[in-house]
Amino acid sequence: MSTEFIIAAIVTIVGLTTPILLAALGELVVEKAGVLNLGVEGMMLMGAICGFGVTVSTFNPWLGILGAAAGGALSSMLFAVLVLELNSNQVATGLALTIFGTGLSSLIGLSYTGFIAPVFGSVFPASLANDAYLKVIFGYSPIVYFALIMVPVVAWFLKSTRSGMILRAVGENDLSAHSIGYSVKGVRYAAIAFGGAMAGIGGAYFSMVITPMWAEKMTAGRGWIALALVVFAGWRAGRLLVGAYFFGILMALELYAKASGFSFLPSQFWAAMPYLMTVIALSVISMRDRSGGNAPACLGKPFLPST
Amino acid sequence: MGTEATARLELKSITKRFPGVLANDQVSFSVQPGEIHALLGENGAGKSTLVKMIYGIMQPDGGEIRWNGERIVVAHPKAARKLGIGMVFQHFSLFEAMTVLENIALGMDAKIPARELEARIKEVMTQYGLKLEPHRIVSTLSVGERQRIEIVRALLLNPKLLIMDEPTSVLTPQEVEQLFVVLRQLASEGCSILYISHKLHEIKALCHTATILRGGKLVDTCNPSVETSRSMAEKMIGGNLKTIEKAEGRTVGREKLIVNRLNMPARSHFGVSLKDITFTVREGEIFGIAGVAGNGQNALLLALSGETLTDDPGAITVDGAQLGRLTAKQRRLAGVSSVPEERNGHAAVPEFTLADNSVLTARDRLGMVKGGLIDHKAARTYAGEVISTFAVKALGPGSTAGSLSGGNLQKYIMGREIMQNPAVLVVSQPTWGVDAGAAAAIHQALVDLAAAGSAIVVISQDLDELLSLCDTLAVINEGRLSPSMKVADADIEEIGLLMGGVHGDPAATANLHPEPVHAHQA
Ligand SMILES: Nc1ncnc2c1ncn2[C@@H]1O[C@H](COP(=O)(O)OP(=O)(O)OP(=O)(O)O)[C@@H](O)[C@H]1O
Ligand SMILES: [Mg+2]
Repeated sequence: MSTEFIIAAIVTIVGLTTPILLAALGELVVEKAGVLNLGVEGMMLMGAICGFGVTVSTFNPWLGILGAAAGGALSSMLFAVLVLELNSNQVATGLALTIFGTGLSSLIGLSYTGFIAPVFGSVFPASLANDAYLKVIFGYSPIVYFALIMVPVVAWFLKSTRSGMILRAVGENDLSAHSIGYSVKGVRYAAIAFGGAMAGIGGAYFSMVITPMWAEKMTAGRGWIALALVVFAGWRAGRLLVGAYFFGILMALELYAKASGFSFLPSQFWAAMPYLMTVIALSVISMRDRSGGNAPACLGKPFLPST
Repeated sequence: MGTEATARLELKSITKRFPGVLANDQVSFSVQPGEIHALLGENGAGKSTLVKMIYGIMQPDGGEIRWNGERIVVAHPKAARKLGIGMVFQHFSLFEAMTVLENIALGMDAKIPARELEARIKEVMTQYGLKLEPHRIVSTLSVGERQRIEIVRALLLNPKLLIMDEPTSVLTPQEVEQLFVVLRQLASEGCSILYISHKLHEIKALCHTATILRGGKLVDTCNPSVETSRSMAEKMIGGNLKTIEKAEGRTVGREKLIVNRLNMPARSHFGVSLKDITFTVREGEIFGIAGVAGNGQNALLLALSGETLTDDPGAITVDGAQLGRLTAKQRRLAGVSSVPEERNGHAAVPEFTLADNSVLTARDRLGMVKGGLIDHKAARTYAGEVISTFAVKALGPGSTAGSLSGGNLQKYIMGREIMQNPAVLVVSQPTWGVDAGAAAAIHQALVDLAAAGSAIVVISQDLDELLSLCDTLAVINEGRLSPSMKVADADIEEIGLLMGGVHGDPAATANLHPEPVHAHQA
């Protein structure tokens, strides 16, 4: 195997991993606060279209990223209001958010079909970013570095900050947190908004970096992988990174199989691989640890304090 | 200002209504600085509700709260803490997956660096003799240890008013004595204490004044030091207190439950393993297991109930049938029922109705499932019978378990098992948090069940309870069970030594001497 091939493979894998890593980090924080938001896919699509729209209109990809975060966060607020104020079922509401986000992004996207945005690529000097070898370090969109930085940031926030501790407390025992005097709803709104923003940025990676155009449903189910990844990683940010790269490698194998006409197994098999692995990983984990291990105790349950 | 000092806390006509119940009806009283004030009442009398309003968890529907003479609205527990009101909850407000240190930090409003907080916790712990390991995960702790977290958490705030909702129901006698030393010290420093407990002898020993609630109304105020436990209990229930009636000349029958060299490895790093537990309970016998919390009582209950299985099928036999490898469901069918100490979430599902909770343990024995479908009518009827037989204060079989007051839920759970007429009943802390009247009713029901021929195992930290209830007694220490002794000729001194372990800390048994040692008092 040549060095060029390895470098190309790494660049591909990083590109495939980044969106799921971002979305999963967001969902991790949401779930740690005790909320199960299955609307990741919808929020990613909302982020993808908003990021793309803002970039095309302003020619500024940095504003585009802000737009993507805002798009994801705003759509998540719809979920938040239903779930936190009206105590609607979180699973059903999350699924509805995915359907809603898919539809609304397609609708907004109608006016952007055919547009091409400037690729939000590396911001390092071309001598570094395009160097045959150094591009393995410098050749990525700022979103990639952001995602990687967010892994220790989220881990540190949850483990070592007071706010992170309160967030975990709310996810662990909402009634106790309430009786001590923390605002369960406030914490959950903030967590859901953060999850939405991260999913939005993850979605924008498709429309601003991978293919700088808009296409319906372009996130292709990666939101579901992100959801599974959170469970797979046992609600730990560090393992989330490992898991995300594991899925990234599986997805890269699919591309490789397709491109090289690799005949050992049909490429559809490789395409199905990440999803299959998701199912297997989830079953293995639930068999190994019936109590759910590190899962937040209040995950998915409505908060009903007595007044 | 008049000659009378301003009260630290004054309640005027506080009223609180829940759907279907008037939990507090025009309650007025006041607490002076440095006063230890008891709040007494039966289960469901409205004590917890009242203090929750003082601490800002709930808002009263009517009336006013005055703090140092000023009318205030406690909108929020944070506001209460700011005023200097601390509270130890009846049902723990702890976060199980988090460490002791984190749990305490969550109860502090000021941001304190972890290391400094740890130092302060250590200081409070040594000052008041409360032992805790700051880095342990709460889910690995015993109930008594969990309670200590709450107490340390409240003490760290230097409160002006400390509310304690049944703080001692799960403490060992020695811990109780230590707590009282702390509370007296706090009171002498001017801190007011509002103290809720069903243990009337504690109230007599500790409190200056007692306010008695019945059905949400204030019915009496008295001086506990001139009352007797019995007279206070009778004020609470508004009638006469029954004493346990044991039939004369009762004899025990054949050997029923035989536990032979039961071994069980610890479930977690901090758990206690069971070592060669051996005892026999006969028909009609009530067998007590005494011991300081965290010495393997939980593991023993789980091993007997079938939640954890033994490798040796013959380690547990009932009427000769080997049960060691049978699951909880199979054991129930074989006539072994059990009641764990934790009511919410272990003995009952708080979100389920009482009827549904009865299905959980009675479905097989009482045929509540037909062709895979739940017979709701049978469940409701049975739940209704338990409610009326055990005088459970609940709206009906349709009430959720979580809406019952602590003692009422305990009565319901005990009733649910007793009315299935189990051949063997294993109960842990049967009267934890239960009022005097209800405790007497539960004790009587256990005695009656034994009289009908069942073998009963009672695991309790309350030595008085075991001595009055049981025929035979053994002490568990570090997962080992002492030889059994007849209660009639048991030696308190010896039980105390066994509770502390042969090589144990002699201070742990000091509480059992007639005069408690006040090591910390100046
Ligand atoms: N959140 C709630 N919703 C409805 N009813 C409630 C609620 N909390 C308490 N109650 C009812 O209010 C009454 C008073 O309950 P409370 O918990 O104050 O009793 P308590 O005196 O503390 O009893 P215990 O000694 O058993 O702890 C009970 O009838 C109880 O069922
Ligand atoms: Mg109470």
